[in-house]
Amino acid sequence: MMELMMRFSGQLLAGAGLTLQLTAIAALLACALALPLAIVRCSERGLLRWPIRLFVSFFRGTPLLAQLFLVYYGSGQFRAELSQLGLWWFFRDPYYCALLTFVLNSAAYQIEILRGGLRAVPYGQIEAGVAMGLSRFNQYRTIILPNAYRIAFPALGNEIILLLKGSAVVSVITLFDVMGQTRRIFSQTFDLSVYLWAAVLYLLMTSAFVWLWRRLELCLTRHQRLRQAPTPVTAPAAKRVSAGVSL
Amino acid sequence: MNKTLRSLLLCSAFALAPLAGVQAAEGKTLRLATEGAYPPFNYYTADGKLAGFDIEIGQALCERMQVKCSLVAQDWDGIIPALLGRKYDVVIASMFITEERRQMVSFSDPYQKSAMTFVVTKDSTLNDFSPQALAGKTIGAQGATTQADYLMAMFPDSDVRLYPTQDAVNLDLASGRLDAQVGDMIPMLDWTQKSTDGSCCRLAGEPISDPKYVGEGVGMAVRKEDEALRQQLNQALAAIIADGTYQAINDKFFSVNLLTLEQ
Amino acid sequence: MDWLTYLSFGDAGWGDELLQGLGVTLALALATLPLGLLLGLAVAALALFGARPARALALAFSTTLRGLPELLTLFIIYHGVGMGLNALLRWYNPEAGYLELSPFIAGVLALGLVFAAYSSEVWRGAWQALDGGQREAGEAMGLRRLTIFRVIELPQLLRLALPGLGNLWINLLKDTALVSVIALSDLMRMANIAVGATKKPFLFFLVVCLAYWLVCLLCEYLLGRMERRANRGQRMGGAAA
Repeated sequence: MMELMMRFSGQLLAGAGLTLQLTAIAALLACALALPLAIVRCSERGLLRWPIRLFVSFFRGTPLLAQLFLVYYGSGQFRAELSQLGLWWFFRDPYYCALLTFVLNSAAYQIEILRGGLRAVPYGQIEAGVAMGLSRFNQYRTIILPNAYRIAFPALGNEIILLLKGSAVVSVITLFDVMGQTRRIFSQTFDLSVYLWAAVLYLLMTSAFVWLWRRLELCLTRHQRLRQAPTPVTAPAAKRVSAGVSL
Repeated sequence: MNKTLRSLLLCSAFALAPLAGVQAAEGKTLRLATEGAYPPFNYYTADGKLAGFDIEIGQALCERMQVKCSLVAQDWDGIIPALLGRKYDVVIASMFITEERRQMVSFSDPYQKSAMTFVVTKDSTLNDFSPQALAGKTIGAQGATTQADYLMAMFPDSDVRLYPTQDAVNLDLASGRLDAQVGDMIPMLDWTQKSTDGSCCRLAGEPISDPKYVGEGVGMAVRKEDEALRQQLNQALAAIIADGTYQAINDKFFSVNLLTLEQ
Repeated sequence: MDWLTYLSFGDAGWGDELLQGLGVTLALALATLPLGLLLGLAVAALALFGARPARALALAFSTTLRGLPELLTLFIIYHGVGMGLNALLRWYNPEAGYLELSPFIAGVLALGLVFAAYSSEVWRGAWQALDGGQREAGEAMGLRRLTIFRVIELPQLLRLALPGLGNLWINLLKDTALVSVIALSDLMRMANIAVGATKKPFLFFLVVCLAYWLVCLLCEYLLGRMERRANRGQRMGGAAA
């Protein structure tokens, strides 16, 4: 088992690099996309709200694997049209197809998470901002968004972990992430232990991320921690696993 | 080993048995496995049934051996592990006989000969298929195949992409995601000449017949301990070749004779 | 209108195969549900009330499976458990028959374990939200532990855990698509086969997405009704909010 690891560790680590890179870039881009959409989604204007609801519902109600196939193989069917639009170089590359799918998918989840955060901002604080004569932009910048992101922070972390795990499906569109490398090594050696090594690698990545996210969360909530210091920390309630597709 | 412990473990295995569906090992049906994504050798028809050259040869062999046979579809990646795991008894899926595979399973006599070939789109300007000329190019093949081994070993400077099925490689060559692919000669001939979607593409370069990768041809794989079954298969194969059954099936699918690769 | 031909029923089209695939998908999800729910409940009970090593084990189970990609879990179960069972059997008796781990069973096991890992967290949260005084009241009445669980705790657990479990059910439905990678003829795989034969990837994968979407929306609607029904005795603003 060790011997196998020695022989293939380079490939597996390269795979881990790709997995982390895909997850990080997709999560960041999705975050940038989710913010304006979540704000619009919470606004009063129904005309803008509906397309976003549809988008969120579709991406949360269908398997990531099916979305990836739709984007990757589906786009291959429209090569001529995409070439005319000058977009074919983008869809030609499985890496960009995976990235696009993950950004859209993760944005859909992040919109819902942020919406919850935005709604949970105490209204009194916003009123205080209005009373102070803050512009709408400054209300968001100084009061609403910092609060909303702090409230949504644990759920966002969960979403990124789900994305990291979900990224294993890129192995079916020829990318050599951890899963892709693992399957390739298995088909060469038929040695099951390579799957166990992959499991160790994924667990390391997810637990490192959980640790990092906890540290960040502590940092973000330090003002609350001081106030609540006397009460003992209780075991966390169940994490809400993101799903749900309601329109 | 302690008898009680063994019995205990066995009991627990049997407790799982109804879950897993135990079947008797002896007699009854011989289970043939194929991939179902490798036309014209094995594929699904529009009504969802397995068909193709491999399947018809398999059925002819079963008739000759006078056993009842059933067909199992199995993804290529797992086709040898599942044979070893006793999911089925024979793999008849256009599998090249190679040294690496011989370490895991044993093979019948070859029932086809073949070579590998490069395939490019018709408008492609590629004509040199040396590793130097293809450096930086994107080349595809089905994963866990001899083609994949060949590409990984000989083209370290190219962007080699491995797909779960041959259909997926074809799809991406046609759509222009790949500069070239390496495929098995006969199905590639068939694809480029007979199918509408394959009309995008043509064979290119010299056939690749390096025995290190292509081996002695295509055989049926069985578990190493099933020597008797291997012998039976070989006898039945010789018989259907002798009485013309093989040729009749051959002609249904191909214009070349698969045993000699001659027209 | 040639896309209608592709989706038609009968030998020319793929409509009937896709529908069969959808049936397999639903059967897989339904078969997984009881395993995942019960195992999850057992793990939650261990994590809350077990001895120290049992607690650690329960926690490790849930953390590990929630940290692994479902696809990887599936491969490990499919290749690993099949080989392991047969090796065990032959080690006892080399002449023994064989056990077949079908893709369906492998799918049920793998998805069931994942579901159990997540649902154990939901059960645990619900259990902690219960009023401990009720259990004490039960003990004061001389009820046995099992009776307390059955009569007092379980009905409330179900209500409290329903939203979380509903989410997991939707996730499960979507995760079944992964089993197509190990050759189960579910909806996703049927679409793959259809694409191989027709070279119309966009059409078939879109249809597949729409089918999953429809099923998920339907489930969401039913779950919403179930939640309302489960909460009908609750004062608004309390647990029902």
